[in-house]
Amino acid sequence: MDKDGAVYSVELENVTKIFDESTVAMKNVSLKVKKGEFFSILGPSGCGKTTTLRIIGGFETPNEGTVRIDGRRVNNLPPNRRPVNMVFQNYALFPHLSVFENIAFPLRLKKMTESEIREKVEYMVELVKLKGQERKFPRQLSGGQKQRVALARALVNEPRVLLLDEPLSSLDAKLRQYMLMELDRIHDEVGITFIYVTHDQAEAMSVSDEIAVMNNGVIEQVGTPPEIYESPANTFVAGFIGETNFFVGKVVDVSSEYLKVETRFGILTCYKDKEAKIGDTVEFMIRPEKVYVTKNYPPQNMNFLRGKVDQLIYLGSHTKYYIMVENTLIRSIKQHTRYWMDESTISWDDEVYVWWNPDDSYLIKVTGG
Amino acid sequence: MTVIVLIFLYAPIMFLVIFSFNSSVTGANWMGFTLKWYGELFLRSPDIWEGFKNSLIVAVFSSLTATFIGTMAAIGIHWYKPSFRRYINFNIYAPLIIPDILMGVSMLMLFVSMRIRLSLFTIYLAHTTFSLSYVVLVVLARLENFDSSLLEAAMDLGASEFQTVRRVIIPMALPGIIASFLLSFTLSIDDFIITFFVAGPGSTTLPLRIFSMIRFGLSPVVNALSTILVGGAILLTLLGRKFLKYILAGEG
Ligand SMILES: Nc1ncnc2c1ncn2[C@@H]1O[C@H](COP(=O)(O)OP(=O)(O)OP(=O)(O)O)[C@@H](O)[C@H]1O
Ligand SMILES: [Mg+2]
Repeated sequence: MDKDGAVYSVELENVTKIFDESTVAMKNVSLKVKKGEFFSILGPSGCGKTTTLRIIGGFETPNEGTVRIDGRRVNNLPPNRRPVNMVFQNYALFPHLSVFENIAFPLRLKKMTESEIREKVEYMVELVKLKGQERKFPRQLSGGQKQRVALARALVNEPRVLLLDEPLSSLDAKLRQYMLMELDRIHDEVGITFIYVTHDQAEAMSVSDEIAVMNNGVIEQVGTPPEIYESPANTFVAGFIGETNFFVGKVVDVSSEYLKVETRFGILTCYKDKEAKIGDTVEFMIRPEKVYVTKNYPPQNMNFLRGKVDQLIYLGSHTKYYIMVENTLIRSIKQHTRYWMDESTISWDDEVYVWWNPDDSYLIKVTGG
Repeated sequence: MTVIVLIFLYAPIMFLVIFSFNSSVTGANWMGFTLKWYGELFLRSPDIWEGFKNSLIVAVFSSLTATFIGTMAAIGIHWYKPSFRRYINFNIYAPLIIPDILMGVSMLMLFVSMRIRLSLFTIYLAHTTFSLSYVVLVVLARLENFDSSLLEAAMDLGASEFQTVRRVIIPMALPGIIASFLLSFTLSIDDFIITFFVAGPGSTTLPLRIFSMIRFGLSPVVNALSTILVGGAILLTLLGRKFLKYILAGEG
């Protein structure tokens, strides 16, 4: 907890943003972001991520709801008076100012002395590893370097919250990965709250303390990366985060730990993550890395299906199998642990068993029947 | 091709230059080299210098005013009131499309109906008016290169609206602002038609003076004056070339 006593860095309470009758960018969004967290907002294009960030930054005003920063209501504060800074998707560096002057911009507005400015800018330049580039102009920088300048400029004011709108989207894959790690390091060093918007689930998963999954202007789920991956709140979250296999069916038997479900593949057993009774319609999923593909008959008490290898994609560290079962593709991923494995004997069009432990499935949804 | 174009472009000017050194009064044919027209111009043509002074005064003040108002208008149109833009656009373009002669007549009517005495001041007003459109267009074109996130970034970093204009928008638009000042200056200094309508007694500008001199027959003094003007323009262009390049390149 902070000196001012607030636990949450940013709170949105039932925020609704309507651009016009047909565009409701945010519907009743509530979020609580803890101090010092690396918080991601993840969702497909057009779901309202940028709008959410802009509402926090003060660039948009909500039609309804409350925005709080450090416990203080800021609905009516303009961007220049909020203790947050933003890294824009296109960096928004001032083209007429050098790297040094870009970073010094907020300090000059505060009328700091030349030596204070120099000291702070130098610290930032060091932090984002831009030593030696201070005199260059934005047009002379690479994408990654521009990114660093934008970061330094947003951090030099020592904001309470840093907002980042898909800051890595214009970098190539390798650099993106590297910059992501850099962001993580900088986050650790400055210790303030980061709110990071992205449509890339791998990005969000790898660095976030918490993720809010957004869809169509609605927050579908907020949770840690494992929570979101292992226990998705609904089919949208399950499908958006990683690959998965969905099953739908009617409950035919209930035990203390498991449900027996009549699906189009026959009776399958799934773990009882939620209460259900006989006759209910349920939806459950199994992640591909928990699905095995073998030619041999599976061990006892496993769910299993028979199918034909439709596609087999060797990816070095792992292989992806797509098995056709009753006109449906079941996905499986096999991580390679040894140099040469038995599974290599499985090839296209082979008849195989697809199986998994019922404990590994996750019950997403129960609809009373 | 290029040669033909160059001949068409420059032959009249070459003629003018050559004939400014012709000792024939009528200028019909070459009678030998002389500098007497230059002497005439510099020593015995106070009217011309009076006109030149008037032109300069009007050009400097009208282009300064137009650049200032036009820049503010362009900033306003570009960032603060995008919805207003359609309506504004027509009004900005109108003065560029309306023939000068109509502009001249309508301004004269305006001044007369408002009982404003025709003078250098009315010329200044008229020139400011027509330059304004050009300034808005040029500055707007320059601002078009920068998207609104720069403005938001400035605000985000703590700048007030005024600080954003002063520290971000104006420096970024500066090449456009300077270009539009130069353009206004040029337009003002050689405007004849509109000036003709709104000029009053004692406010003759250089183009008006030249016109009135030519009415009494081609004067070699005018040739001499023109030669000096052309020379001055070339000199300025050479000096300003580096600067122009910077403007045109638009350094994004
Ligand atoms: N200024 C605006 N005026 C009208 N509609 C807008 C405006 N800004 C956003 N929208 C609409 O609001 C919705 C959410 O937009 P937003 O930019 O927040 O999406 P996003 O999740 O950031 O998408 P992306 O990943 O593509 O950036 C979209 O339907 C968009 O068209
Ligand atoms: Mg966006």
